[in-house]
Amino acid sequence: MTSRELPVADPENHEGGTADDLATETGRSSGDVASASQRRLIWWRFRKHRLAIIGLWLLVIMYVVALFAGFFAPFSTSSYEGQHAYHPPQLPQFSFEEGLYVHPTTGSTDLETLAPVFEENTEEFIHLRFFVHGDSYRLLGLLETDVHLFGPSEPGQRWYPLGADRTGADLLSKIIYGSQISLSIGLVGVAVSLLLGLLLGGISGYFGGTVDTVLQRVIELFMSIPTLPLWLGLAAAVPPQWGPVPTYLMITVILSLLGWTSLARVIRGRLLQIRDEDYVLAATLDGVPTGRIIFRHMVPAFTSHIIATVSLAVPAMILSETALSFLGLGLRAPAVSWGVLLQDAQSVNVIATAPWLLLPGLAVVLAVVAFNFVGDGLRDSADPYGKRAP
Amino acid sequence: MLRFTVHRVLHVIPTLIIISIISFFIIQLPPGDFLTTQVAALEAQGESLDPAQLEALRIRYGIGEPFWVQYWKWITNIVLHGDFGLSFQYQRPVSDLISERLGLTVLLGLTTLLLTWAIALPAGVISAIKQHSPADYAISILGFVALAVPNFLAALALAYIGFRFFGQSVGGLFSAEYVNAPWSLARVLDLFGHLWIPVVVIALAGTAGIIRTTRANMLDELHKPYVTTARAKGLPEGRIIRKYPLRIALNPFVSTAGWNIPQIFDGEVIVATVLALGTTGPLLLGSLRSQDMYLAGGIILIIAVLTVVGTFISDLLLAAVDPRVRFGKA
Amino acid sequence: MSLSFLRSRRRRRMAPVKAPRQLAAVTVEPSEMSEPGAILDIQNLRTTFRTDEGEVNAVDDISMTVRRGRTTCIVGESGSGKSATARSIIQVVDNPGLVEGGRILFRADPDGPVYDVAALSETGDGIRSIRGSQIGLIFQEPMSSLSPVHTIGNQIAEVLELHTELDERQIRERVIAELEAVGIPQPAERIDSYTFQLSGGMRQRAMIAMALIARPSLLIADEPTTALDVTTQAQILDLLAELKRELSMTMIFITHDLGVVAEIADDVVVMRHGKVVETGPVEQIFHDPQHPYTQELLASLPQRDVPTGRVAPPEPQSTPERVEVSGAVEEAVRHEETAGEPLLRIEGLRMEFDSVAGTMFSRREKKRIVAVNDVSLEIAAGSTLGLVGESGCGKTTLGRCVMRAYQPTAGRIHYDDGDHAVDLATLSTSELRPYRRLVRMVFQDPYGSLNPRMTVREVIGEPLRVAGIAQGSELDDRVESMLERVGLRRAMASRYPHAFSGGERQRIGIARALITDPKLVVADEAVSALDVSVRTQILELLSDLQEELGLTYLFISHDLSVVERICDRVAVMYYGNLVEEGPAASVFTDPQHGYTQALLSAVPIPDPRLRGTRPRIVYRPDEAA
Repeated sequence: MTSRELPVADPENHEGGTADDLATETGRSSGDVASASQRRLIWWRFRKHRLAIIGLWLLVIMYVVALFAGFFAPFSTSSYEGQHAYHPPQLPQFSFEEGLYVHPTTGSTDLETLAPVFEENTEEFIHLRFFVHGDSYRLLGLLETDVHLFGPSEPGQRWYPLGADRTGADLLSKIIYGSQISLSIGLVGVAVSLLLGLLLGGISGYFGGTVDTVLQRVIELFMSIPTLPLWLGLAAAVPPQWGPVPTYLMITVILSLLGWTSLARVIRGRLLQIRDEDYVLAATLDGVPTGRIIFRHMVPAFTSHIIATVSLAVPAMILSETALSFLGLGLRAPAVSWGVLLQDAQSVNVIATAPWLLLPGLAVVLAVVAFNFVGDGLRDSADPYGKRAP
Repeated sequence: MLRFTVHRVLHVIPTLIIISIISFFIIQLPPGDFLTTQVAALEAQGESLDPAQLEALRIRYGIGEPFWVQYWKWITNIVLHGDFGLSFQYQRPVSDLISERLGLTVLLGLTTLLLTWAIALPAGVISAIKQHSPADYAISILGFVALAVPNFLAALALAYIGFRFFGQSVGGLFSAEYVNAPWSLARVLDLFGHLWIPVVVIALAGTAGIIRTTRANMLDELHKPYVTTARAKGLPEGRIIRKYPLRIALNPFVSTAGWNIPQIFDGEVIVATVLALGTTGPLLLGSLRSQDMYLAGGIILIIAVLTVVGTFISDLLLAAVDPRVRFGKA
Repeated sequence: MSLSFLRSRRRRRMAPVKAPRQLAAVTVEPSEMSEPGAILDIQNLRTTFRTDEGEVNAVDDISMTVRRGRTTCIVGESGSGKSATARSIIQVVDNPGLVEGGRILFRADPDGPVYDVAALSETGDGIRSIRGSQIGLIFQEPMSSLSPVHTIGNQIAEVLELHTELDERQIRERVIAELEAVGIPQPAERIDSYTFQLSGGMRQRAMIAMALIARPSLLIADEPTTALDVTTQAQILDLLAELKRELSMTMIFITHDLGVVAEIADDVVVMRHGKVVETGPVEQIFHDPQHPYTQELLASLPQRDVPTGRVAPPEPQSTPERVEVSGAVEEAVRHEETAGEPLLRIEGLRMEFDSVAGTMFSRREKKRIVAVNDVSLEIAAGSTLGLVGESGCGKTTLGRCVMRAYQPTAGRIHYDDGDHAVDLATLSTSELRPYRRLVRMVFQDPYGSLNPRMTVREVIGEPLRVAGIAQGSELDDRVESMLERVGLRRAMASRYPHAFSGGERQRIGIARALITDPKLVVADEAVSALDVSVRTQILELLSDLQEELGLTYLFISHDLSVVERICDRVAVMYYGNLVEEGPAASVFTDPQHGYTQALLSAVPIPDPRLRGTRPRIVYRPDEAA
């Protein structure tokens, strides 16, 4: 490319960046835009992405539910009723005398087909109420309580809003508790990846030269080999006797070990690009010390991009964890994650009898779609000044 | 072009060496050595190994020697004799186990790659040319969903549909009567009748990704000045798009295709496991679960080598279609 | 056999077969043309850009006439709608632009039918049969206007495939002949090269060949020389004039550069904000402008006299190969009396860069590029030294060495303002810090050099804050009074750079440079990215500030007219070497070095009366040595 063309005295070619462009893009008056900081501009642009806003709300809801899982889940993960294994979902019914209710059921096995059969006792009622007392749990790991948002009014009564799994535990409660691991493993994994990516991408972009070449080759190498067999190989080496917490940490590390490469690439690319910006040179010539150049001038220029990239990397992590656990090489029961729950749904025969066991998969899809929407919106609005990233 | 090819080959060799080291590292990961496991496995079956044989095996695998010596023995045996070691689970040479299944794996991979391209390229181009049209939105939404659905879930769902509505026997790549039959036209047809589910499932996520890149690239190229130049010559619209932006957007497409190959193998492992296909994926998973490490390492090595070769071919393809790469200008 | 069959089928599909019928539908009476001798008559044209937020009229109800056989220049500043007008003629306005109303009457043959091309469908066969064959188009940026993955021969041949019946062999011969005609050496080989293998000037020649190969009766050139060096621009302008004469074409030439207009135009159309401000013959526009805007534009031009001194004998038109010159280039430095003590004395400055080609595993091809080769210069305190040269000559590198953005490979940079005397070239980063306040820089790009994430207050105050000179309200006060000094309002300090126009941003850049009370200011192409009228204002501001604050300027520019206007002395660089240095007046009137002569002869003079009075000088380094 001919980078050394003569300066062109025709600003018609300048991309974006003027107050008027920004004003039309954000739907604000140019007076507002004139004194709006980067964060405000990004937020205004982001807000115009309807899907991204929907995704953001979905994520907020999901994370709140995960945080207060004990409160939102009708039951704890350890409460089950053996005779209700593979119990189908029960929709709450309504009458003016009883309010919301379901009928209790007794389960048995059909001796001919060996399929589970459930008989409703229409004489009795299980009343469903808000703020009921049930299994006790610790709110945020601190506060011991037994109040649940919604559930059977009497402790010990059973209700299966999304059906029961093979042990006879409520699937909804398990999905809610599972979200704690599934949603957090993405964040933790990406945080570790980001750390590695920042470190190596930063080194690569800052020093350049041979260091850069070597690191780039290593990254290319990582990207050119199939990761899943490697994950499997590494995950298989995690001793099965380890507790859930070390396993969780180990799986996170394995996921992020192989996921940092694309982040490192993005960071390096942005760093190299920003390093050549005129305003960075201008700051150097202002006598600004290196530390301040990096943190005051360069970092703000790429944080928004990094956040966008990260929010697109989280769903990949969630999917990876689910896949690993599903194959039995990630987390194992009694730990509850969406992947672990889906282990129950491994064969078509099981699905044929209890299709609701696929519901944790729906939760995965929902979370991943929401992250993708938000990430896409962020990526489009990340740089309100320069060229649009494709 | 020759110069470029030689350069790329020089890049591939160290990659292959590092991959083989990683594979061997994974073999060495589980606690205990191969022989102890082997002896334990045999004893569990009530057999025992005589000490002379044990000693021969110890020398053969370099047990007890440093990592690099063992690695050297392992890799030279593979390169010189095609000997990947012994699977203690099956008590058969790893190379036999792999070669039985490799053909189907490659077939599955290639078919998936072709399907991915066949769907992704037109879809990406259409949604770029008809930006903001219903077709564009439909493709985008499908893309989002396809990206979000874990492939095992898709496999399960499709298998369930096949089982429920078409009465198709799920699992495996052949119907019962053809499993052990010799190759015939009927068997090939039967194979393709079964192949479509895994192919569609594995292609799903990759297709979504490539549609997005192709669309973005096309949108970029459609507004480049050279398109206006072509229009100013009096070319018809269809030909303008085919000859210029499409041609140029094809370059990143070809290179993306290279990065897509690892993804296909990733998908293959999971989907083949769910659908119980006779490919290398389930074999790998089984060997990892039972810590049959020579088998696992061998499969990982082969898959990785296949991927590197595939990426290499796509690089050459890129150089063939893009003069800027060929002349080292981009 | 089958291949040629396929190819001919493709050609048939490409051919605009439905053109006659579509053209017949838009034929109008010749009497409707406002002038009988016109080839093109634009009547009440409106072109709008539709965005989500509403419509923008890029071309707002304009009318103009292009007379046959003449060159009509459309001139205007950025955003005047000149480019959109040109593109509307053959309906290739960039998305989301649309020809909204009006008529464009086009008569290819003096006696032929008249078509209203604006009424044709923009993708139909009718307009396609006119594009390329009747009306040719040349764009500004030949690099991006040509496809990077097709050979130039392929792209040129396409025009003939489309509009003629020639077979493949004939087409190739025609393309080679055309490449030769536009001055591309070894056309038989170059026909198979890609754009990135050609120089900027060669690419534009290829583009011209493409526009002309079907012998259109009208050629539209949209800023065809803006991206080129001034010597290359002169060659392209000469080529266009020559081809126009040979092929007896009509030409519409769009430019922002009045010098170019004076050089080639017969008729001039001045545009502003999507409207035609004034039209007339070039003589009248330059010497008797009617509209105040035209007068203002002309007033902003530096009035340069023709060099009256020694003139080298004219050389035949040819394309000098640009070769790497070694120390063989002789230097023409006139040591005349220098006013005052030098503030800056550069001695034997040399700057080399490594350029590494190849990759980790291939043969490393390390090349040393000498960007600045043994340059010595002096700048007297309170004076302005202009540093001129074309792209890649090392003038920017030299400026950045003075700023110590680069560590020079060799040489000394003596700085002496009476209080401090020091060799800037050898100082370490921390020793350099006090001098960062005394030597300041104004950047070329007013968009890229201000951190978009900081308010104007923060940007301008940054050097004072990090040096600990001022804080809090004192800092704010100094920033705001500096804003006033460069012609902005105090209240603007809390805004972000994106709220300002190009000219205002450049004022902010100047404020940032001057906030530390510097002695020396390096202005690197400080006005090149600005429109003519804004440029004048900024130049005036710079010279006012110089007088007021006693500043010394190192003014780097590729634009000779700007340099002549504000500089006391001028230094000319060519491929890293300083070839001539002396007082501005004598360098411009009596250039000693062959390259300076060539450069000066290439600069268009904004006076149509002087057209053709100067010989074009071509500099060949090997002859000079």
